[in-house]
Amino acid sequence: MITELGHFALILAFLVSIVQMVMPMVGAHKRWPGWMAVGEPAATLQFLLVAVSFAALTHAFVVSDFSLRIVYENSHSDKPMLYKISGVWGNHEGSMLLWVLILALFGACAAWFGANVPPTLRARVLAVQSSISAAFYTFILFTSNPFDRLSVAPINGTDLNPLLQDPGLAFHPPFLYLGYVGLSICFSFAVAALIEGRVDAAWGRWVRPWTLAAWIFLTIGIALGSWWAYYELGWGGFWFWDPVENASFMPWLFAGALLHSAIVVEKRESLKSWTILLAILAFGFSLIGTFIVRSGLLTSVHAFANDPVRGKFILYILLFFTGGALTLFAARAKTMEAKGVFGVVSRESALVANNVLLAVSSFVVFVGTMWPFVAEMLFDRKLSVGAPFFNMAFTPFMVVLGLILPIGAMISWKRGKLDRVLRSLMPAFGLAVALMGLVWAMQTGRSLMGPIGVFLGTWLVAGAATDLISRTGQNRDLSRLFRLPRSEWGKAVAHSGLGVTMLGIAGMLAWQQEDIRVAQIDTPFEVGAYEFTLQDVQRVQGPNYISTMGQVLVTKAGRDVAVLNPEKRIYPVAQMPTTEAAIDYRFMRDVYVVIGDAQDGGGWVMRVYIKPLANWIWGGALLMALGGCLSLSDRRYRIAAGARKAAPVQGVPAE
Amino acid sequence: MMDFMTRCRPYVLGGVLALVATVALAVQPDEVLDDPALEARARDISAGLRCLVCQNESIDESNASLAKDLRLLVRDRLLAGDTDAEVVAFIVDRYGEFVLLKPTTGGWNWLLWASGPGLFVLALGMGVAYIRRRGQVPAGGEAGLSEDEQKRLDELLKD
Repeated sequence: MITELGHFALILAFLVSIVQMVMPMVGAHKRWPGWMAVGEPAATLQFLLVAVSFAALTHAFVVSDFSLRIVYENSHSDKPMLYKISGVWGNHEGSMLLWVLILALFGACAAWFGANVPPTLRARVLAVQSSISAAFYTFILFTSNPFDRLSVAPINGTDLNPLLQDPGLAFHPPFLYLGYVGLSICFSFAVAALIEGRVDAAWGRWVRPWTLAAWIFLTIGIALGSWWAYYELGWGGFWFWDPVENASFMPWLFAGALLHSAIVVEKRESLKSWTILLAILAFGFSLIGTFIVRSGLLTSVHAFANDPVRGKFILYILLFFTGGALTLFAARAKTMEAKGVFGVVSRESALVANNVLLAVSSFVVFVGTMWPFVAEMLFDRKLSVGAPFFNMAFTPFMVVLGLILPIGAMISWKRGKLDRVLRSLMPAFGLAVALMGLVWAMQTGRSLMGPIGVFLGTWLVAGAATDLISRTGQNRDLSRLFRLPRSEWGKAVAHSGLGVTMLGIAGMLAWQQEDIRVAQIDTPFEVGAYEFTLQDVQRVQGPNYISTMGQVLVTKAGRDVAVLNPEKRIYPVAQMPTTEAAIDYRFMRDVYVVIGDAQDGGGWVMRVYIKPLANWIWGGALLMALGGCLSLSDRRYRIAAGARKAAPVQGVPAE
Repeated sequence: MMDFMTRCRPYVLGGVLALVATVALAVQPDEVLDDPALEARARDISAGLRCLVCQNESIDESNASLAKDLRLLVRDRLLAGDTDAEVVAFIVDRYGEFVLLKPTTGGWNWLLWASGPGLFVLALGMGVAYIRRRGQVPAGGEAGLSEDEQKRLDELLKD
């Protein structure tokens, strides 16, 4: 009964979305206040209805109602409660329901927090947002109904893929979707502004918080996924340039570009049409990501929904929204004349460079991801584009970005003085060069990756610190630091987060140590500075799995460092084995231990890695997200200031 | 979460493989060559070769049995005295260019390799042109508020 109510609520939400799509749009066009005002209650109602629907599906998973097809296919009564709940979005239908829930949530937020947006623009934003929702409701109701019943309810389910039964992965999709879908609001704002024919500083200020929020969620979502891959897949890789990873990475890069170019619109009223284009592309790439993951186009044996009908449907949605928006853009872009004037050496130029690098690198990822498909369709060649290509084609852009970032972040708006900025950055540069020289001297004959990464990372972190210190004025009054706007702190923290991530990647790729061997019980072996002893191997019964658990003593110079319990699990219902690496996390390195099969001649296969700076990769991502949160909490977003314009000289204390 | 399924293709191909063997972890101790220099070359080569039954996983990382066969084949060829390029050519001859994780530059693939630098030059040119244009606008064009805007600004400033 609850299930049917959920289904019914979803249908009602669909109907509400159609009303919300049509009435405010017509109202805004005809200037009928009554019709425009429909947007807000409709957005709220739509959100409540989808929430009811989502709650009904969650209920079915929690009580293990196996008469529902997707519960039967993705759950099991023995499964821990956390994974019963995460099972709701661990499948195609449920995850689409989560997708529309978040769409409706963002629409409702735009209604609730949009009091300072002019009524016509707000009405149009809500209408555009609702048109996206309507498309996805259609998709769900007609091709992917999560409320499908089975004619005969089975006794028990077939369990969720054991790899997905993991705390890191339980929260990975919601964050990722909050990011993907968050960009829909930027898209709606862009399309609404195009229809309205007007983009000004105030528009930049309304769009930027949404972009920031979406970017923060994407950052966390991607970091969670990467961290999960690191500890779960058993060899400690953290990024694979897999099409589905790229699907989330491209919108992230575009969102990064967008949140920077929106600053230029907000502060300087330039880069308007480019920012609009970015907003369209950012969400367009979210849709492309959805398409890649769900169509089965690129990963033909993908575990997830590779039904061609669904793929086609999403392709139509993608073509309709991006194609429509781009057509509108082509027709209207000329009306958005830039106002700000700036010199070649200026913050504006630096942000243009940032946008060029982020957008081009994102396109490179796109071309590489789609190339196997293009080559097969057009040239009849079956080929692969994997990590080696992306590492070569993508990394140079990030290196250049890292090089110019600290300079660009400090240069003044409008007309800057390069020599002054460079002079104040000399200490940071010196420190970075010194550290690079040091690691170069310490490592002989290894990859250049290490020294370059250390240089860039140090340069970014020290550059961010220099930027903050330069705000303390001539007499270096450090108490001023605490009176700086939070957005300044956000900027410094996020930029140093990027540096920390680069340090982590460099450390892990350049100085990782690996050992593969057959370990005998109680026979110590050395890897790097550490000694490992496999003390015991036991069979352990888990809630829905059987585990072979090793006990490994790690010592360094005779002192105990850790006792690690790597596991090999078998999930009998899903008939799948998984490896559970045991990791000793420390600030400067991870010790990563994996246990494999028992050998005929006695002993167990063991793999041991020493991974320097591993945590820094995700630590840096967290810092980036934290920086985003600081920016988001800046005073100018908290107070509803309407179109009040911040002083454009904010970044130039000395002038 | 499905985003990460592809990496574990051998698991996901699922049932079949799982029934045949328990988890084998990529490179096994008995595969490792005695000569560390040769082994290092083998690892390098295998990191660039795709496991054919997996999605986007190199044979160095893969747990599939086919990947193991390929790893052994790479090592056999190295022991037989092949250069790295010869080993790769040997495998491409038998399995097609699909095994190359780093595509060649042959045929239309130059387009793939040129896309990054090409787009960069294009975007940079557009960026530079834009920046120069913005530098030349007469200063009067800057602070032009329309009457409506001015009225609204005044209203807001009153708040």
